[in-house]
Amino acid sequence: MTIDVIPFYLFGAVAVVASLLVIAQRSPIYSVLLLIASFGALSGLYVLLDAPFVAVIQIIVYAGAIMVLFLFVVMLLNAPHEETEEDLAREAGSRPRSASSGLKVFGVVLAALFVVELGWALTRRGGGAFPGRPVTSVAAIGLSLFTDYAFAFEVTSVLILVAMVGAVVLAHREPAGGNAHWGEGGSQGGPPE
Amino acid sequence: MNGMPTLDQYLVLSAILFAIGTAGVFVRRNVITILLSIEIMLNAVNLTFVAFGRALGSSDGQIIVFFVMTVAAAEAAVGLAIVIALFRHRQSLDPDTFTLLKW
Amino acid sequence: MTPLLVAQLGLTLFVFIMLLNSAAGMVYFERKVAALLQQRMGPYLVGPKGLLQPIADVIKLMFKEELRPAAADRLLFALAPIISATAAFAAFAVVPFGAETTFFGLLDEPLRLQVADVNVAILVLFAIASMSVYGIVLAGWSSNSKYSLLGGLRSSAQMISYELSYGLALAGVLLLANSLSLSDVVDRQAGTWFHVVPRWHVFLQPIGFVVFMIAGIAETNRAPFDFPEAEQELVAGYHTEYSSMSFAMFFLAEYINMVTVAAVATDLFLGGWHGPFLPESMGWIWFLVKVGAILFFYVWMRWTLPRYRYDQLMAFGWKILLPIAVVNLIVTAAGVLYFGL
Repeated sequence: MTIDVIPFYLFGAVAVVASLLVIAQRSPIYSVLLLIASFGALSGLYVLLDAPFVAVIQIIVYAGAIMVLFLFVVMLLNAPHEETEEDLAREAGSRPRSASSGLKVFGVVLAALFVVELGWALTRRGGGAFPGRPVTSVAAIGLSLFTDYAFAFEVTSVLILVAMVGAVVLAHREPAGGNAHWGEGGSQGGPPE
Repeated sequence: MNGMPTLDQYLVLSAILFAIGTAGVFVRRNVITILLSIEIMLNAVNLTFVAFGRALGSSDGQIIVFFVMTVAAAEAAVGLAIVIALFRHRQSLDPDTFTLLKW
Repeated sequence: MTPLLVAQLGLTLFVFIMLLNSAAGMVYFERKVAALLQQRMGPYLVGPKGLLQPIADVIKLMFKEELRPAAADRLLFALAPIISATAAFAAFAVVPFGAETTFFGLLDEPLRLQVADVNVAILVLFAIASMSVYGIVLAGWSSNSKYSLLGGLRSSAQMISYELSYGLALAGVLLLANSLSLSDVVDRQAGTWFHVVPRWHVFLQPIGFVVFMIAGIAETNRAPFDFPEAEQELVAGYHTEYSSMSFAMFFLAEYINMVTVAAVATDLFLGGWHGPFLPESMGWIWFLVKVGAILFFYVWMRWTLPRYRYDQLMAFGWKILLPIAVVNLIVTAAGVLYFGL
């Protein structure tokens, strides 16, 4: 009988603290790096839940690919530090806009209410220990993916293709001059006679 | 302080993470950080799925997580492409500057 | 503190120290082989036949002044070499390098020469390769200089592009071995066909091996794919602004990545520690011989081939290597299905 509670609290604390810092940081690059740390902690939690495949996939896909994409975008856009309410008020020369700070308060209160409600709902039932079932192997996951969930699998591949094409089209920059007038007469850019 | 953590503890942790993500979407004024908060929310959901999958002893939880991750990747890619296109027009990442559709 | 636990901890420490030594050995090996390929002598002054040259290099690096550009992001500047070096060491944690041994009867049950015997070892390798991109991209960004930024972005784009072919070549071996655990993959390569040809995967998956080696060279940013650190074009790419021990960490990370890719290629394709004439418990000698051969190939490639231009490099990775890897996977799948390999 191993003591699994200590790693659970450790990884849980890292995940929560890192996520809190993500939304509290002003610099986008630090936010991205802290989120990677949070994903690492979550990967540890998946290992504790006897899901090694999901744990490794989390690192490969989330921390290794999606976050690299975020990092590239932040670096290439040279994302400026976010202005706080005080900066805007100083620039505008007036008091901070009350509407947006009201929205902030609403968001935080909503989040806190959600946690309290869920905690209440769970503590009413009491307990929920994990059964000591054998773990599912990667082979079993693969088998299930390709038989029971085969349609969803194929649709997901189409989804990724659509996302790829969409991302390329949306971020495409018109080349200077040239292509923008490709419909004009043959005297300028048409094929040779 | 012995044995394994219970299912409820995992669910409360997942709820906290989801709440942090929600708060982030409301509080932050930088489009990229809003997208990051959405990723936090998706991860919290993944944790819930895997915890329930383990509690019920089936592999369905992990398979759904597989699909959620794929969808999150696709959504992040398209979202960031939109952010790049927006940045080219307004030179700003503040969502309050994109007000053309406001009445 | 059972003997098994002591042995495991000792093994972890041993692997760590051996990796450091291998990086030092690679420094000497590369300079000597490069010199012999170029018909000159290489290091010969420090110690017998220049064998103490790496130690001289390390001492020189330790005594250099640690510089930091004034406008550099302090935290990220310090963090980047740490990430690179850590990822390089971590990847070797799941690589087995010897058969089960009881250390001459000291242990009750045999211990496999592998730091962590996880059953998803192949995926863990892939995951850690994904993480090593961050060291480079952060180094490029935090140095706040144009050469570093360009080098860092190009290098990370190159690494994530060649990761795909790397993974697909791994998938070919995965199909043959029917398991994600590296120990199982090596165990499957014991024995011979017709008492002559060893049962290695390289004979069943030659194209996969070639794709894996090319992708591995691109992953570790070695020539001919080392445009991001091209001395002629980019000063030194992403580690331009680093000096002293931080530079040493990048250097270390690069050599240890090379050793890891060579070790993984040996385990996956060249039969790991299996070889003739030696008992199984001394198989690590064969492992070292095979890893040494692959490292020699690495150094040979660097000093023989000219460097790829960046757009040629990316076109090669996406338009040639990736389709070849995919076709290899399909053919392997068909072969496993129909011939029951």
